[in-house]
Amino acid sequence: MNTLLLDLVLILVKLGLVFAVILTMAAYLVLAERKILGRIQMRHGPNRLGPFGLMQPLADVIKLITKEDFVPDQSDKLLFLFAPGLTALAALLTFAVVPFAPPITLFGRELPMVVCDLNIGLLYFLGISSLGVYGVVIGGWASNSKYSLLGAMRGLGQLLSYELALGLALVPVVLSAKSFSLTEIVMSQAAWPNLVKHPVAFLIFLISIGAESKRTPFDMPEAENEIIGGFHTEYSGMRFGLFFVGEYISLVVIGALITTLFLGGWHGPLLPPIVWFAIKVLLVAFCFIWVRGTMPRLRYDQLMHFGWKVLVPLGLLNLLVTAAILLALNG
Amino acid sequence: MGFWRDIKGTFEPFWITLGYLFRKPATIQYPEQKRTPPPRYRARIVLTRDPDGNERCVACHLCSAACPVDCISMQAAEADNGRRYAAWFRINFSRCIFCGLCAEACPTLAIQMTPDYEICNRNPLSLVAEKEDLLIADGGKDNAYNFYRHAGIGVVNPRGGNEDEDEPFDPRSLMP
Repeated sequence: MNTLLLDLVLILVKLGLVFAVILTMAAYLVLAERKILGRIQMRHGPNRLGPFGLMQPLADVIKLITKEDFVPDQSDKLLFLFAPGLTALAALLTFAVVPFAPPITLFGRELPMVVCDLNIGLLYFLGISSLGVYGVVIGGWASNSKYSLLGAMRGLGQLLSYELALGLALVPVVLSAKSFSLTEIVMSQAAWPNLVKHPVAFLIFLISIGAESKRTPFDMPEAENEIIGGFHTEYSGMRFGLFFVGEYISLVVIGALITTLFLGGWHGPLLPPIVWFAIKVLLVAFCFIWVRGTMPRLRYDQLMHFGWKVLVPLGLLNLLVTAAILLALNG
Repeated sequence: MGFWRDIKGTFEPFWITLGYLFRKPATIQYPEQKRTPPPRYRARIVLTRDPDGNERCVACHLCSAACPVDCISMQAAEADNGRRYAAWFRINFSRCIFCGLCAEACPTLAIQMTPDYEICNRNPLSLVAEKEDLLIADGGKDNAYNFYRHAGIGVVNPRGGNEDEDEPFDPRSLMP
């Protein structure tokens, strides 16, 4: 009974900490993105509120909360109200399986530094991350507006293009780690990160996960200058805010996943593991912002061609070659 | 080779944006830093004076006629020496579009544009400038110019007082 209670308390503490850290990171990633994009375009970005504009996220939140929560007359009310939460929730849930440090010993018992160490963590991530698209599709459908529907359709089309390549890119990682658990995968990268062992898989994963994050150059579902924000055209106030925050939470989560799967997780010299983890996550996030500041948006048929004609065959070939090499080495 | 050109075209932009990331922003941080507008910048309108310190405006109404938004109005009057002046002169800056046509139309260089662009105000009524607000104690752009050295010389009051000048004609005396 006592151990059960302790377990519960520990899980809740971990959950609260992870939740707080992720939300803060997401809020400041918005600021970082605006600043970095600004500097790339030779502007300053937000710098009025507080030193270096550090209070900007707070002001954004206050603005979003105090705005009118508008629900279009002809919309499907229930789904409309429910969709933004789904996106943010799916992004948050993914982080549950990401290990951010090696297990530590506390009160004489081993404490894994992950909210929930599932032995099928990778499959869980694939499932939950695909659920995030439902938020987009349901939101676009429920808005009952042309642009929203177009955005939702694009979101689905995008899902069909990248999802298979995403899965294929992960198989070599699983092959070399011999496990679906993310903790095991990180453990297997103690010597060499998977980036060195599986460079092609890394590239495919990077492009696919970029498509999943719905950020430039794959931001066709929202495409503010083609379809006026796409799936979130009709959303306002904090519901739009949830979509928005969900996008940045998923940026953090994607950074964490790329770190875990390909960059060696918490492994690194000198600095403590959690610091290495944070550095790698922020580095990946910076790269995504950098990509956004550099590349123009693709058309969704281009993405579909690229996904099905390049990424999937390449992924299959890569899988075949990796499996053959691993078999030759081990068997 | 189209393929290699595409690869190069995909990665080259990243170095360019990274380079821009470390450049100094071109932004002028407005309330703290201010750009000095060029001397011929068209902003707040003023009424200037000639080198003797008299008002240049002769209330000819050309500026108000030229004004596309009708923001200039005035009342002409005649002084004791027979020269015209504006009894009152009003510019409604909440309508003014700063096109500069008034300054172009002015025959006496009285109305001129200045580079003072910070006119914005929350109260539109305070943007209505009367003659006292518009008059400055300077000649503005062509400082030495004095209209009466070039035209309108020797006007006396009452009219017709000069040697070669007839009495003003009264059109009402022509009644049938």
